[in-house]
Amino acid sequence: MTEKPLISIKNLNVEFPIGRTLFGKPPMLRAVNNVSLEIMPGQFYGLVGESGSGKTTLGRAILRAVPISSGDITFDSRDVNYDVGSLEKNDLNNYRKLAQLIFQDPYAALSPRMTVRDIIAEPLEVMGLTQTREETDERVREMAAKCRLNLEHLRRFPHAFSGGQRQRISIARTLVCNPNFVVADESVAALDVSIQADILNLLQTLQDELGLTFLFISHDLSVVAHICDHVAVMYLGTLVESAPTRKLFDNPSHPYTKALLSAIPSLDPDDSGKAQKLEGEIPSPVNPPPGCRFHTRCPLAENRCRKEVPLWRELSEGHSVACHFA
Amino acid sequence: MTLLTVEDLNVKFDTDEGRITAVENVSFEINAGEVLGLVGESGSGKTVTAKSLMRLNPSNAVYSSESGIHLDLESGVVEVLSLKSSRELEIVRGGAISMIFQEPMASFAPAITIGNQMVEQLLIHTSLSKRECSELSVEMLERVGIDEAGKRFYQYAFELSGGMRQRAMIAMALSTKPKLLIADEPTTALDVTIQAQVLDLMKDLVSEFGMAILFITHDLGVIAQVADRVAVMYLGGIVESGPVREVLKSPAHPYTRGLINALPKLDSLDEPLTPIPGDIPSPLERPAGCVFHTRCPEVLADRCNSSVPQRIKLGHGHSASCFAIDSKEKIA
Repeated sequence: MTEKPLISIKNLNVEFPIGRTLFGKPPMLRAVNNVSLEIMPGQFYGLVGESGSGKTTLGRAILRAVPISSGDITFDSRDVNYDVGSLEKNDLNNYRKLAQLIFQDPYAALSPRMTVRDIIAEPLEVMGLTQTREETDERVREMAAKCRLNLEHLRRFPHAFSGGQRQRISIARTLVCNPNFVVADESVAALDVSIQADILNLLQTLQDELGLTFLFISHDLSVVAHICDHVAVMYLGTLVESAPTRKLFDNPSHPYTKALLSAIPSLDPDDSGKAQKLEGEIPSPVNPPPGCRFHTRCPLAENRCRKEVPLWRELSEGHSVACHFA
Repeated sequence: MTLLTVEDLNVKFDTDEGRITAVENVSFEINAGEVLGLVGESGSGKTVTAKSLMRLNPSNAVYSSESGIHLDLESGVVEVLSLKSSRELEIVRGGAISMIFQEPMASFAPAITIGNQMVEQLLIHTSLSKRECSELSVEMLERVGIDEAGKRFYQYAFELSGGMRQRAMIAMALSTKPKLLIADEPTTALDVTIQAQVLDLMKDLVSEFGMAILFITHDLGVIAQVADRVAVMYLGGIVESGPVREVLKSPAHPYTRGLINALPKLDSLDEPLTPIPGDIPSPLERPAGCVFHTRCPEVLADRCNSSVPQRIKLGHGHSASCFAIDSKEKIA
């Protein structure tokens, strides 16, 4: 690809203070540690990892919903160029029209006291994107139709809807202000499998129709495999592997990626003797292990892994990994 | 040997909006030492069915008169639905039946140590002394793979990680040596790598303790890995049941096929995902006839929307309730 990336992140760190101290600085928890990645326009970029791996924090940092400790995030669409870390009031508001978020739990994300029409219209009103009520209604109806909600639905309150329908309302609200870039944080995790497939298909259709770029955050590798063009795997705040979907699944190179893949329960009852099962649990990010952060659970770990942080290197075009043995 | 027989279980709930049917004509058996998987989407009645076995449904639950739950113990057959006093109910609540819940944080009391909770239930259900109860509890914690069990015994639930809490829950459920363990989505809240560990542990424990498990989940992959037999539920009824291999490799009911097709599979990345069309109907608007006909791709006009399909035997304990199954396949 000769295109410029839409989002480029360089050496990003996000830290949170733990508790308070009377004197001096409180200890810091580093949720995202030295992450660099690039998201191309029109890409469906997947981010996977276990809970506590920092994937949500990374997504939020891109939207400036958490403070960035150090590193650069740049957003570069054809018309505008933002240095996300240093945006101030006006620019930040403008940036937020372009970069939006779809939440995980469609039950918690919708206000029970607002009609669906009001929910979808709210971003337009808050951002002042429409002048008249007619214009707002027009935009709401148009976006609702794209998300397969009819006029009858717009008059009702969220409690009258099932999980799948609520997620479609939530998607319509996110997309109504015409963003370029959308972070979908575990957007299908709370849904049943039969509905999950429907929402995934809808996201793909919308991406084609509206020319969106997605950062799709999920803990479910099989979902990511189906919908994303490029996948990055996170462990304890760092990227361990990143590759085009096909390459990653055909040729996983980091032991953590391999373990994640083999931990997915197979639909075939006869296929159970899995090669790699991870021992133990993800360590606390307050006190991350030295060297390679994965060495405490890695089947290949040697002395070198305990001391030396593995470098992020490219194995083949677009396929990078951080492991001494890859 | 059949341990538990459920016959024509019908559970309704009295609510402000009317009487809601949660479980309709559900019948199944569990043999000793067997793992029965119960799969279905949210609202399909899996949890209500399981809670009926321990009579844990809220007080507005109404069991129909023809419903029967028989538990076959060495001391004789227990009719679960006719137990009355809370003393009698102890047989099914932690005595012969134990339950593991989905959210391990919510199922431990936050202000009582893990150890005290384990000891408390042992004192109720066994005749051991307090000291013996403590020793057994630490032993069980060790057995489920918790490091430093002696220290964990004195800790609170919040001090343990999610996977560890679920292990402690399993240790607690098994320490009374139940005949039947009900596991309600025990791994849904866990990460895949931890899920794999917990599933392995449960498989080991089945062979070691020889108990039966009713394993409730919405994940067909998990069922394939742990269950011997599986029953698929939709809107309160069992639509298909049988040995796990048969059901997953040659599913007979369109709903089972739909569930399998909707799952993203790693070995066929290019195939599009096929969702089951439509949404699950609200329990207040139960469809007439076959409850699945509103979403079924193989619906037969004039038939599925008016009459309820009977269970058709397909051989080897495999059966399904659907009109579309060719009558030639019957091996009745």
